[in-house]
Amino acid sequence: MENSMADKFQQKIDDDIRIEPRDWMPEAYRKTLIRQISQHAHSEIVGMLPEGNWITRAPNLRRKVALLAKVQDEAGHGLYLYSACETLGVSRDELINQLHTGKAKYSSIFNYPTITWADIGTIGWLVDGAAIMNQVPLCRCSYGPYARAMVKVCKEESFHQRQGFEILLTLSKGTEAQRQMLQDSVNRWWWPSMMMFGPNDADSPHSAQSMAWKIKRFSNDELRQRFVDMCVDQAKILNVTLPDPDLKWNEERGHYDYGPIDWDEFWNVVKGNGPCNRDRIETRVNAYEKGAWVREAASAYAEKQASKKAIQVA
Amino acid sequence: MAIHCNPLLHQFILQLADNALVLGHRISEWCGHGPVLEQDIALANIALDHIGQARMYYQLAASFEDGATEDSYPYQRDVRGFRNLLLLEMENKDFGYTLTRSFFYDQFHYLLLEAIIQSDHKALKEIASQAIKEVRYHCRYSSDWMKRLGDGTEESHQRVQKAVDAFYMYTGEFFMPSAADEYMAAEFNINIESIKEKWLENIQAVLQESTLAMPQDTWFQKGGKTGVHTEKLGFLLAELQYIQRAYPNMNW
Repeated sequence: MENSMADKFQQKIDDDIRIEPRDWMPEAYRKTLIRQISQHAHSEIVGMLPEGNWITRAPNLRRKVALLAKVQDEAGHGLYLYSACETLGVSRDELINQLHTGKAKYSSIFNYPTITWADIGTIGWLVDGAAIMNQVPLCRCSYGPYARAMVKVCKEESFHQRQGFEILLTLSKGTEAQRQMLQDSVNRWWWPSMMMFGPNDADSPHSAQSMAWKIKRFSNDELRQRFVDMCVDQAKILNVTLPDPDLKWNEERGHYDYGPIDWDEFWNVVKGNGPCNRDRIETRVNAYEKGAWVREAASAYAEKQASKKAIQVA
Repeated sequence: MAIHCNPLLHQFILQLADNALVLGHRISEWCGHGPVLEQDIALANIALDHIGQARMYYQLAASFEDGATEDSYPYQRDVRGFRNLLLLEMENKDFGYTLTRSFFYDQFHYLLLEAIIQSDHKALKEIASQAIKEVRYHCRYSSDWMKRLGDGTEESHQRVQKAVDAFYMYTGEFFMPSAADEYMAAEFNINIESIKEKWLENIQAVLQESTLAMPQDTWFQKGGKTGVHTEKLGFLLAELQYIQRAYPNMNW
């Protein structure tokens, strides 16, 4: 029985028929999706912090409004993704608890600090740029609710990326101090952005299964290569140097070659040793705990109103 | 720099603009730290409304002044130049204080915009007609939360009552006319004193439904409209103006 269900399931995937919440699915598929979608949701929520860090200090009102709207978009993405995850039979409270206890991960990039205004532009250009590379293929993911959520997310992300690029373009046309701020920021964010695609294909054990399930459509290294090729051209427009001495065009491959990634740093940040890991989780936990009395008040009030109504009806 | 309108009109516009900016700034501090994701989104939305309104007023003010832009006023004046109400620069503290601050102000803001819409100043009427749609929602949001917190749990009731008691003394200033307010009453029929009664009636009704007590025998603070602020505004501006002060005269 189980076998024939599994065969039917795989047949649907192979025929590009979307899997919906009420359809039968293998437990491992469900678990993989919960892990991936919740990680994605957590990344949106934690990602609000490094960018939110500059809302009150944005250099003018136009930038302030754009940044605040952007960070609000991230909250919205978190909301759809938590909802998509809930269709797999897990509650938002449980997911948040996993984030707060360190059981669930989020994108390591958000464990780096935003220390200058240029970092807001660089996050838009490189971090959102890398995220888009990863996320556009997810619009065709085999799980319906995730794929549909990603369509909306990707539209907004590409807007954010253009916005980030435009911040940097303004700096590149500015004073010497502004150009230095831009170069320094790109120097700090380039390698962490490259790491956003995850380990090399040879070291990525879950990838093959995710590809077979059409959760994942391209390998980590394929996506990373596309990202490098895109950024090199854009860096020219910004007149910045990407901090990789090995970066050069390879005629034979038709791609840019790039230097080795410091995987030691990557795994350390994943394990919790990045510059901001502790801070980020502490901030999230703090917001949640300080909000407990508000959530309790809202439910107590709703209950009182409901029982008042019930009395009126009786 | 020369101002091409009555300076009192200019000051009145800046009162409106500074109110919107300072409150929007405070509410924006919640972004990423709200008690629940839905409220994080709602607060960011409200902050965006206020800052968007501030921009419209600053642009109008700038249109009357040589060489000024919407950013000149928020980024280049010091504490004594700001004309916002003291209440709006109060710190967020907790969700209860934040919502109480909004509640007192939203109710006033709505009536003020109504008065502006009925007035004889065309440019201000246009902005107010746009803003009032947002402010209608702000009023609903903050009153609903006053009820939830006031009539929620014992703890929430105590917390929000404390906020009401602490902030009420900053509401008297709403209705104490500055020279600019007096000018606008005489010339354009925008009379803030005339909305006081309605405001009191409205907030009493909500407080009562929220099971909260109206503070008695209050001595009201004043000073915002003449630029005599609390100690809190300087820190707010230090943050707001940091880049413009550290890297003056650049495009961003």
